[in-house]
Amino acid sequence: MTSVQGSMRFQGSGFRVQGWLRSALMVFAGLLLSGLVAASAIEPFPFDDEVQEQRFRSLAEEIRCTVCQNQSLADSDAPLAQDLRRQLFAMLQDGRSDMEIRMFMVDRYGDFVLYRPPLAGHTILLWGGPIVLLLIALGSTIVIVRRRRKVL
Amino acid sequence: MIRMLLPLIVFAGLLVLLIFGLRTADQREIVQSPLVGKPVPEITLPGLNDPETTYSTAELIGEPYIINVWGSWCWACREEHPYIDRLGREAGVPLVGFNWKDEREDALRWLNRFGDSWSFHMVDFEGRAAIDLGVYGAPETYLVDHRGVIQHKHIGPIDATVFEDLMRRIVQMRAEADS
Repeated sequence: MTSVQGSMRFQGSGFRVQGWLRSALMVFAGLLLSGLVAASAIEPFPFDDEVQEQRFRSLAEEIRCTVCQNQSLADSDAPLAQDLRRQLFAMLQDGRSDMEIRMFMVDRYGDFVLYRPPLAGHTILLWGGPIVLLLIALGSTIVIVRRRRKVL
Repeated sequence: MIRMLLPLIVFAGLLVLLIFGLRTADQREIVQSPLVGKPVPEITLPGLNDPETTYSTAELIGEPYIINVWGSWCWACREEHPYIDRLGREAGVPLVGFNWKDEREDALRWLNRFGDSWSFHMVDFEGRAAIDLGVYGAPETYLVDHRGVIQHKHIGPIDATVFEDLMRRIVQMRAEADS
């Protein structure tokens, strides 16, 4: 909607480029705003201090909501995510460490609950795969470049 | 010759990967619980029809039992209800209802309407105990053996195939408990 309005207003006055720029900016601002709205969907917890709030946020972003599998606890509005956030806050209040909280979640929901799964035998392909792919790509690039040099 | 065929081979490889991925997509959506093979966590909760009574998983050790997570808000729970009825009649072990994130009135009305074949219900309105059990959706069905170890977890509604599978496992658990 905004992009159409933005460009139409300026079309008549000959500032077409500016109109597009303006509408693009508006869309961008809208996206930023919607991000802010989504972030504030998390219920406000009475944090002790900023450090605790920061820990809450980073843990909530790192833990997957298992019902809505492609969202983190911080993003999800699912009832289970709300429960898990409440649990997360309670554990922070209890003075538990970040590692203890991660273990708590993994014990109940498995490695899948962490967006950064631990480096273990069954996750070696996950962690090592990209490095192997990168090496293959580098190797083939070197081979191709050398062959072309020979031709020249 | 090989240079000509290489792209085709890579393409065929990708195709195999994609088809394999599509075939196993259903299984990947289900997150296997790390609690299978481990002792059931100690959960103590009030009853549904009898809020003054508390039920605990600790009291249930000694015989196999079933935990079924349900809620009146859960559509798939209605779908599996005929099989829950049959489990209640045919399994020969306690069928524990785990009423999850519900309202007491709604839950009672739901049971009135569809029938109550569970042995008793624990209520977890807050959802705190469900976290310990690793619940992430309703319905979910757990099979716990006589030692209190979770032997199996089924996520999603019970259908004819799942029912047969559950019954087979229950018979096995009962035989183990008797020996």
